[in-house]
Amino acid sequence: MTAPTREGDQDVQPLIEMHDVVREYEIGGERVRALNRVSLTIQHGEYVAIMGPSGSGKSTTMNMVGCLDVPTSGTYRLDGIDVASLSDNELAALRNLKIGFVFQQFNLLSRTTALQNVELPMMYAGVSRKERRARAEEALARVGLSNRLQNRPNELSGGQQQRVSIARALVNRPALLLADEPTGALDSHTTEEILELFEDLHRQGHTIVIVTHEAEVGRRAKRIIRFVDGQVAADSQTDSRPDSRADSRADSRTDSESDSGPAFSARFATTPATPLPPPVREGF
Amino acid sequence: MTLRDTLQVAMRSIAANKMRSFLTMLGIIIGVASVIGLSALGEATTISITQAVESLGTNLLTIDSGAAGAGGVQFGQGSAQTLTYADAQAIAADDPDISGVSPMVQSNGQALYGPNNDSVTIQATSADYATMKDLTVAQGSFFTNQEVTQSANVVVLGSDIAQILFANQNVNPIGATVDIRQIPFTVIGVLAAQDTTGFQNPNDYVDLPVTTAMNELTGSNYVGSIIVSAQSPAVMNQAEQEITSTLRFMHHLTGSEASDFQIFNQATTLSTLSSSTQTLTDMLSGVAAISLLVGGIGIMNIMLVSVTERTREIGIRKAVGARRSTVLLQFLIESVALSVTGALIGLLIGGGGSEIAGALTHVGNLVTPGPVLLSIGFALLVGVVFGVYPARKAANLNTIDALRYE
Ligand SMILES: Nc1ncnc2c1ncn2[C@@H]1O[C@H](COP(=O)(O)OP(=O)(O)OP(=O)(O)O)[C@@H](O)[C@H]1O
Ligand SMILES: [Mg+2]
Repeated sequence: MTAPTREGDQDVQPLIEMHDVVREYEIGGERVRALNRVSLTIQHGEYVAIMGPSGSGKSTTMNMVGCLDVPTSGTYRLDGIDVASLSDNELAALRNLKIGFVFQQFNLLSRTTALQNVELPMMYAGVSRKERRARAEEALARVGLSNRLQNRPNELSGGQQQRVSIARALVNRPALLLADEPTGALDSHTTEEILELFEDLHRQGHTIVIVTHEAEVGRRAKRIIRFVDGQVAADSQTDSRPDSRADSRADSRTDSESDSGPAFSARFATTPATPLPPPVREGF
Repeated sequence: MTLRDTLQVAMRSIAANKMRSFLTMLGIIIGVASVIGLSALGEATTISITQAVESLGTNLLTIDSGAAGAGGVQFGQGSAQTLTYADAQAIAADDPDISGVSPMVQSNGQALYGPNNDSVTIQATSADYATMKDLTVAQGSFFTNQEVTQSANVVVLGSDIAQILFANQNVNPIGATVDIRQIPFTVIGVLAAQDTTGFQNPNDYVDLPVTTAMNELTGSNYVGSIIVSAQSPAVMNQAEQEITSTLRFMHHLTGSEASDFQIFNQATTLSTLSSSTQTLTDMLSGVAAISLLVGGIGIMNIMLVSVTERTREIGIRKAVGARRSTVLLQFLIESVALSVTGALIGLLIGGGGSEIAGALTHVGNLVTPGPVLLSIGFALLVGVVFGVYPARKAANLNTIDALRYE
């Protein structure tokens, strides 16, 4: 069965569907609107970049999409399900298994080694100790941190912490990867490696949303959504490349086995748990 | 997430925050140790006081002259002499629950032997007295019933008196003649040294047969008081009743006439004393409880200070998929582990301290289960409440708010 495409099948449930989402903060009795009636739709398997000036509401949107925050008003449907209707435990399971989040501030456990930080989501997923460790080591290797397994966050550079955070986000092979400025602390060489990693995942059918300030990074996505003052100001496809989204998705399986060398992506391709987005509600 | 994982996470967290863990435990350690130590101290004090009183004899009744607490004008005890030697004899002869009777006459005087002399307390009594008061005779013997009946001029010396009178004399006191109030007495015994209790030194006493004292010294039939021993502590009340009826009969008192004597029960004295030592124990326990409370506040303080870090930790754990219940369980285990370890260390210190103190003071170890359970229970409660309360608060936060908490 081939994966559905946006253009081909109008009945298909979008993965992310925000409608008139408002997020207000109360500061000293005054209401500050961080998101002002944001509506956006992202289909399964898309690779989207969110850009916009500082303070425009990018992170706020990402937190909402990642089920870390709830809208003040408006609705957010994830794979057709209104997130407001989910219980705390259902949300925890969703964050654990279906969503990988790379935080702008990394958010690593401070007194815990890189390895343990990456093992964390798998621990809550009930993965056995042995497999946990093996997968965490592999994920850290994929982001180039094989030699920093036992370091704690305060013993790592900013870029290294960011990479630990990326490894943690990917280690449960989430169907939806949300990365808030994932390359903000990285040099151009490391940035390139991380972007290749994301592209591998995209080819395998994972849905990816990244926030970035770097035009260079944004261009690598297939679609760019621009935020200004808590609103969506523009939404455009990037220049078509030889391998359009639909094409790449169709061959993703053979592709990844043949030409995506790195162990990390091979793992994503071969493990049955890898969720290639199905068109049904359950499990994206 | 398995229980083993949860346990491990909790233990790692304790190990990763050594200072915080130690300070948390310190509050509990000090609290538990002081509760256990101080309550054992109170218990030890109670027991040693009780023992001191009991050594006076728990089956003794003291009869004094004087009206028993009647209304109106109150005369001081023994203000009028009403007890006689005959009363004592009647009690000894008639009352079945009584094992010994000592009529007592006390007086002062000068004792003289050769060039040595000393002022002494003259205590005249019966042969029963030695047994009733558990006196040990170091040399010779105490006087016998026969010597009392015959009103013999014999004397038993307290150890200090014997030493003073026979200092540098190089004679055996037994058989020597000592002048007391210028009357010659033959020394028939010397008492072993006794512990001094209160202000009186029993080693300064000389004991005479009560009859001799009445005949030679006071010239009266009255005695100051009568000490009676009951067969056992269990029959004290019967003995008291028997004595009352015997004495009322002897004193020709009928119907509602007030008794002209008072009976003091050693057991009553004991219960008064033990209630006051109980107050002491309670006071010490109160001080200890305060220190436990202060320890608890210390724990609360540390927990609250760490709440920022903990709230963010909870935010992170929840963000990567921890359920609220899992997070709470982890914090619960962590708090329980800390407070239980603290309580056990406190128990070792408090219990060990009282053990050592008990051994040094020969009272034995007096750690009782009550304070142990109480203090450990309280420590646990404090640890858990102050450990889990912030965790609960954080776990209920919006995940992103927990992540952003400052
Ligand atoms: N917890 C909060 N309390 C109050 N205001 C907030 C809070 N979080 C965000 N805001 C406000 O919401 C607006 C959007 O913030 P957001 O973090 O989404 O910006 P951003 O687009 O991610 O910016 P940046 O590129 O700098 O990361 C900002 O004006 C910010 O001040
Ligand atoms: Mg941001």
